[in-house]
Amino acid sequence: MNMITLTSFDLGLAASLVVVLALLSRRMQLGLEGQLLIAATRTVVQLLLIGLVLESLFSHVNLLWISAMAVIMLLAAGREVMARQQRRFKGAWGFGMGTLAMFISSFTVTVLALITIIGTEPWYTPQYAIPLLGMMLGNTMNGIALGLDRLTQTTWQQRAIIEQRLMLGASRTEAILEIRREAMRSGMMPMINAMAAAGLVSLPGMMTGQILAGIPPIEAVKYQILIMFLITAGTGFGVSAALWMGSRKLFDERHRLRLDTLSAPNNKN
Amino acid sequence: MATRANSNVDRLLVEAVTTHQLGPYSLHLDAGECVTLSGPSGSGKSLLLRAIADLDPHEGHVFLNNTQSENIPAPQWRQKVCLLPADSQWWHDDVGTHFTANATNADHSTNEKYPYFKSLGFDDSTYSWQVSRLSSGEKQRLALARALMNQPEVLLLDEPTASLDPQSTRAVEELVASYQQETGAAVLWISHDADQRARVSKRHYFLNPDGLQETSP
Repeated sequence: MNMITLTSFDLGLAASLVVVLALLSRRMQLGLEGQLLIAATRTVVQLLLIGLVLESLFSHVNLLWISAMAVIMLLAAGREVMARQQRRFKGAWGFGMGTLAMFISSFTVTVLALITIIGTEPWYTPQYAIPLLGMMLGNTMNGIALGLDRLTQTTWQQRAIIEQRLMLGASRTEAILEIRREAMRSGMMPMINAMAAAGLVSLPGMMTGQILAGIPPIEAVKYQILIMFLITAGTGFGVSAALWMGSRKLFDERHRLRLDTLSAPNNKN
Repeated sequence: MATRANSNVDRLLVEAVTTHQLGPYSLHLDAGECVTLSGPSGSGKSLLLRAIADLDPHEGHVFLNNTQSENIPAPQWRQKVCLLPADSQWWHDDVGTHFTANATNADHSTNEKYPYFKSLGFDDSTYSWQVSRLSSGEKQRLALARALMNQPEVLLLDEPTASLDPQSTRAVEELVASYQQETGAAVLWISHDADQRARVSKRHYFLNPDGLQETSP
């Protein structure tokens, strides 16, 4: 496999493009330069750090360390889901709901794929396990964040309608059915769009990276198909689990709509 | 617990209900009885009705025919103890879907799908009307017809005629009265109109911060 190694100079060239963009933003008073440079710096620092961590994880294959890494990734994703909610659930559920849903879906699908499809020895070989889990978590996180946000926002806006349906004798499941359906749709839409547009509109990032690194295109394509199916399944299970928990939490055992389980809107976003 | 010394079973019995730091309120309704409720705005009349329909958490107990609300699944309780809010909500595009989709228990035969339409001045074509084109009065009368579909044993009416003209107001009053006579349902009716209270009820509660006071309508 002939791989073209990138030098610091190569990366510096790419970085200068971002700097030029920042200068342009300043010149045109778009107010984006601060955020842009901070985000770019974070990318460099975080990815370099994770590169070092992965190098050492790959050289000493140890289930304990790999699990620790997986848990850190999960907690970071859980925090991100919570931060993206306009009206999050109060208390431990605000963090726990998304995190639990991601744990159930991402971990199950990843372990299943590692054992039955990829079949590495041992199954937790970090070269496969960590990137796969990362991709699962990243996409499931997006889906769950979108789905939960849609669920709580729409419920808040349509509270009068939900209560009217309860007054007419609907159960909590019936009263929130359409909203849950909408939330599921918005959580799954990015993945459905990505699958529909794959190869026609855009070459998926992972496949592009593999081809650039010298893998034959057909091999890269097979991996990409595998990854997309795994991600779609993982996202679907994750969003379903999160919405099931969320729509339960919005009502109490007497089928009353309990918006007091939601916190006041978070206007930072 | 559920039994009272009184041998005559009340249709609805509200015992020391407190909700949103208001109350405690106690009241009782006999079968086939219509009782009106009034009080200064903001005194919690609507909140009391919401608590009776078990839509808000509350303390105290509510009994229907001597059965405590906790012993009946909440959706069923709300079908029997039906609250008609001051503002009705509609979520489908056409009127008819609200009636068919809500008939969860299938004891409504298709022939008598809309038994209360005629008495409120509607007919079968109302089924296809668009909700967005209803007037507030039409909405309110249709909301009453929709509420009666569940054959409630207690009707909780929150100013049902506030947005209606005199003619429609009479139609609503007559429909409620005939429904009561046919089914023996009890009605608790919030009304600010003293003339209306005298027309529809013999007993009246006045709600003030200390509790409920029984007065003449």
